[in-house]
Amino acid sequence: MNRILEARILAPDVKYFRIEAPKVARKRRAGQFVIVRVAEDGERIPLTIADAGADEGWIALIVQDVGKTTSLLNQLEVGDQLLDLAGPLGVPSEIDRFGTVVVVGGGVGTAIAYPTAVAMKQGGNRVISIIGGRSRPNVILEDELRAASAEVYPCTDDGSHGFAGFVTAKLSEVIAAEPVDRVLAMGPIPMMAAVAEVTRPHGIPTIVSLNPIMVDGTGMCGGCRVRVGGESRFACVDGPEFDAHQVEFDLLAKRNTAYEAWEHFRRLEATFS
Amino acid sequence: MTELTRRQRMARQPVPMPERPPAERRVDFDEVNLGYTADLAEAEAERCLFCAHPPCVEGCPVGIDIYGFLEAIAAGDFLDAATIIAKDNSLPAICGRVCPQEVQCEGACVLAKKGKAIHIGHLERFVADYARANGGSDVAAPPFPSGRRVAIVGSGPSGLACATDLARAGHEVTVFEALHELGGVLAYGIPEFRLPKEIVAAEIAQLKDLGVRFETNAVIGMVDTVDELLTTEGYNAVFIGVGAGLPKFLGVPGEDLIGVYSANEFLTRVNLMKAYTATADTPVLDLYRKRVAVFGGGNTAMDSVRTALRLGAETAAILYRRTEAEMPARDEEVEHAKAEGVEIVTLVSPLELLPDDDTGRLGGVRLQRMDLGEPDDSGRRRPRPIDGATYDMAIDVAVIAVGNSPNPLLLRTTPGLDQTDRGTLVIDPDTCRTSRPGVFAGGDIVTGGATVILAMGHGRRAAAAIDQWLAAGA
Repeated sequence: MNRILEARILAPDVKYFRIEAPKVARKRRAGQFVIVRVAEDGERIPLTIADAGADEGWIALIVQDVGKTTSLLNQLEVGDQLLDLAGPLGVPSEIDRFGTVVVVGGGVGTAIAYPTAVAMKQGGNRVISIIGGRSRPNVILEDELRAASAEVYPCTDDGSHGFAGFVTAKLSEVIAAEPVDRVLAMGPIPMMAAVAEVTRPHGIPTIVSLNPIMVDGTGMCGGCRVRVGGESRFACVDGPEFDAHQVEFDLLAKRNTAYEAWEHFRRLEATFS
Repeated sequence: MTELTRRQRMARQPVPMPERPPAERRVDFDEVNLGYTADLAEAEAERCLFCAHPPCVEGCPVGIDIYGFLEAIAAGDFLDAATIIAKDNSLPAICGRVCPQEVQCEGACVLAKKGKAIHIGHLERFVADYARANGGSDVAAPPFPSGRRVAIVGSGPSGLACATDLARAGHEVTVFEALHELGGVLAYGIPEFRLPKEIVAAEIAQLKDLGVRFETNAVIGMVDTVDELLTTEGYNAVFIGVGAGLPKFLGVPGEDLIGVYSANEFLTRVNLMKAYTATADTPVLDLYRKRVAVFGGGNTAMDSVRTALRLGAETAAILYRRTEAEMPARDEEVEHAKAEGVEIVTLVSPLELLPDDDTGRLGGVRLQRMDLGEPDDSGRRRPRPIDGATYDMAIDVAVIAVGNSPNPLLLRTTPGLDQTDRGTLVIDPDTCRTSRPGVFAGGDIVTGGATVILAMGHGRRAAAAIDQWLAAGA
């Protein structure tokens, strides 16, 4: 169970895994996630299911090394096993024939956007993908997205690849050039908040996938609560996708700093061990 | 055993549970109660009047033969006592520790009127611990396999009790658990100092010996649905014991500040994820020398506040909107909490959680003073706000322990299950049958939030009904 079938570096600190998980692979729909645990005493972390082979019985996870658990995870290789894997969790992306759908992915957020882009294309939409990264190596899944998109616009902060500038600038260009019916944005909180402000004046329905701190991922703890439209919602069972124009991004950003001090001391501890 | 007269028995004082001194125990997570020795257990059992129609048995939700096991203890036959208990209760070491005996067996004891009820819970615990250390109770070998398969959703108290009886009846039982560890609330909810996790593991191991299969990380409703369990997965019946899922919050401003936890989150971080250990990768906010307030008056609130103390809190207070008399917590928990230094503030209701600064962290709570009016539906006097009587209290961390509402994950993918307005499942009280044939339910998903033993009672009743349902050819 949970055996790694394929493992390769996708970008600096970003690894792609194909993992044996037949039941999850059959059930999963775009936008859903799994909870993974790598070690005894390890934490439970949510990871979006980036891709799946229903018939072959695998799911793909794309992992950025941002802390202890993801670091341990990214040391795993083919043949290794994940200690625990539970899912699929969360509400699937709403897929319909919307028309022109722009999918915006920032950094490893592109891995979250990818399955929804594929599902949108299968749902009969014209998909435009805008994917960003600091520099050329940080732009991921470009080839994969070409298969799912009518157009793909890579963007880099340093101009080393594609459009020089933020994904929001490119998004504004696209919106100016043609009618857009829906926007999906997955990536860092400031990016998602900025996308919401780009689309708001145009009244374009915009969906974001939120990444609050989770523990169980099944609704039990309420730690992942976010405020959307003035109401408290649990990202794990009500989300993770929400209406970007209703999300209180500042609150989410603050809540995600809850354990900064703890993480800092753990990092210091690790440097001395 | 020395033959005592009825008068002598009645004259004897109850044997208190040996416990660690508060100052010692409030700084670690080791168990508070130490358990009876064999001598203490015999002495306590000898006080029993052995009533012709023992009311204690009536008071037990799973109908343990209390008369029989107390008689065996008094005779020094501790393993026999364990065997007697095992007939009706597969989790005696757990129940002996966490049941609210004062409103069940001990509340029904004829000696209770004099405040000298037999400490049946302490004795149950003694017997279970003794048996575990000395080769275990004699559990009858499972009978010839029935060839029938039952899926149990949730490995908490109701599911475990249901699994035991069905396995003993020869059915093939698989228990599905959403989390990575077994036990449900016994694992994530009840703290180590009240219920050591190795005891939960040991009692679950006995079920494995009975042939019960366990699958962790199985989120039924999301991976397999109840319908799939009954069709493609080939189960003949399903028992839903998923517990009360989603934590309730207070509904006041400021609940999203950092430092506001649901009791479920706080306890899960500490109990299930072991956030208090140096090796755990799941953090909990640093409570050392901090001021912690817990909202609620039940066992979960007591578990939370005592956990906060153990994590180093400077002050740990229960804030409750009625008076101590209305608190639903077990008497022992309230007494233990107070002895450890927990402050109990009654007749207050939170109006707002206040920020400390602009970093989004909690700094205090605005409280409304209350008094008690007429009794409400629950029979408890309804708290009413006192006009103009509000004040602020400085706190660093708040834990909200005001109950749960049902988890939607399973219910939203299972059509045809009748639910109440509160979202709990409707069952036939005698058989635990839901509105769907072959689907039974029990525990907190039905009650909305009760005790371990009531959940086990449901599990046993459901098991009996499932056994009949299978026998009828389902």
